[in-house]
Amino acid sequence: MYAFDIERPTTVAEAVAALKDEDAQALSGGQTLIPTLKQRLASPSKLVSLSGIAETKGVSADGGTVTVGGGTTHAAVAAGASAYPALAALAGGIGDPAVRNRGTIGGSVANNDPAACYPAAVLGSGATVVTNAREIAADDYFQGMFTTALDEGEIITAVKFPVPEKAAYIKFEQPASRFALVGVFVAKYADGVRVAVTGASEEGVFRWTEAEAALSGNFSAGALDGLSVSADGMISDLHGTGAYRAHLVAVLTKRAVAAAG
Amino acid sequence: MANVSMTVNGKTVSGEVKGNTLLVDFLRQNLHLTGTHVGCDTSQCGACNVSLNGDVVKSCTMFAAEADGADLTTIEGMANEDGSLGVIQAAFQEYHGLQCGFCTPGMVMAAQDLLKKNPKPTEAEVRHHLEGNICRCTGYHNIVKAIMAASGQDVGAIAAE
Repeated sequence: MYAFDIERPTTVAEAVAALKDEDAQALSGGQTLIPTLKQRLASPSKLVSLSGIAETKGVSADGGTVTVGGGTTHAAVAAGASAYPALAALAGGIGDPAVRNRGTIGGSVANNDPAACYPAAVLGSGATVVTNAREIAADDYFQGMFTTALDEGEIITAVKFPVPEKAAYIKFEQPASRFALVGVFVAKYADGVRVAVTGASEEGVFRWTEAEAALSGNFSAGALDGLSVSADGMISDLHGTGAYRAHLVAVLTKRAVAAAG
Repeated sequence: MANVSMTVNGKTVSGEVKGNTLLVDFLRQNLHLTGTHVGCDTSQCGACNVSLNGDVVKSCTMFAAEADGADLTTIEGMANEDGSLGVIQAAFQEYHGLQCGFCTPGMVMAAQDLLKKNPKPTEAEVRHHLEGNICRCTGYHNIVKAIMAASGQDVGAIAAE
């Protein structure tokens, strides 16, 4: 790793101030950033650790909304988001137990890895990303692989999820890394169904709008018969071709609908 | 450089660390607690597992500065006070839950985390909890047996040898 200093502010306001320095970088759980630093793929002058900020930790449920603090670990969401079981299950399936005890929702959503699980839940739920400066709708937030609407130095303080009537997340794990080769999050709300796909597209997480339309009229796996996504723009690598991933999207969407019940 | 202070295996310790000093390097090089191993250094293998405020974490994937004020337990803290093997360690010996032994500290720390939160896990739950621990001797069956035995359960029913 290159040399850098670490600061550990205890409030969001202090962290925002610390991030104004040139080449300062926020550090949340570090489960992606620290391996990146070890490979010398990043050279911040200073890391601003968010792990000491109590106000961004915790899960609360109120009036049909589950709010998850940006610094909440995957393990804490798995244990604490019982008001939104599909979200708790997704969090409990990320990485392994030790990774879940450090990794945070804010870090995952800020990084927007194309194979990460959380972006599917955020987009599939039509959630709201809350930062120190503003609130951003999920449909405006994700802007392509590793790209988001966040400005420099902006910190995710919470994510607000409207709780659906039914939902499920199914991922097909790449067997070595256990990252999602493809993952599909399906959520049924009173005003329609949302389907978000991670792992598949070169543009990162996306909504499969044809499936949403079919499922909004008839929420059953059979409603998806004959529907498929194009292999154009799908990730092709040694783990699977774009055509394979496109096929998985349709299969896993059906499984997610069946699992949601 | 920054001064950090934390509790490790019940003792208060402190030291000077650089910003990029990993927790595992602080444990091994500053405190000479070399039971915590560095296997892959890429967050995959779990040989560096320690307990941080009661939760297992990979000490190669956090900085020492982030553990300032924390309560840590390493493999050295798993023995009984008289120096004899703790329940999980004794079970690993009894059921031959190790071959070369390199992964064992991390396996034991993962096991104590599981048994604290789920005192009577099923075999499937044990295997699932070990997802972040790699044994390159591939001696997983006996590790699972040892953890089942440490939880006070019958290991005779475990299928594979």
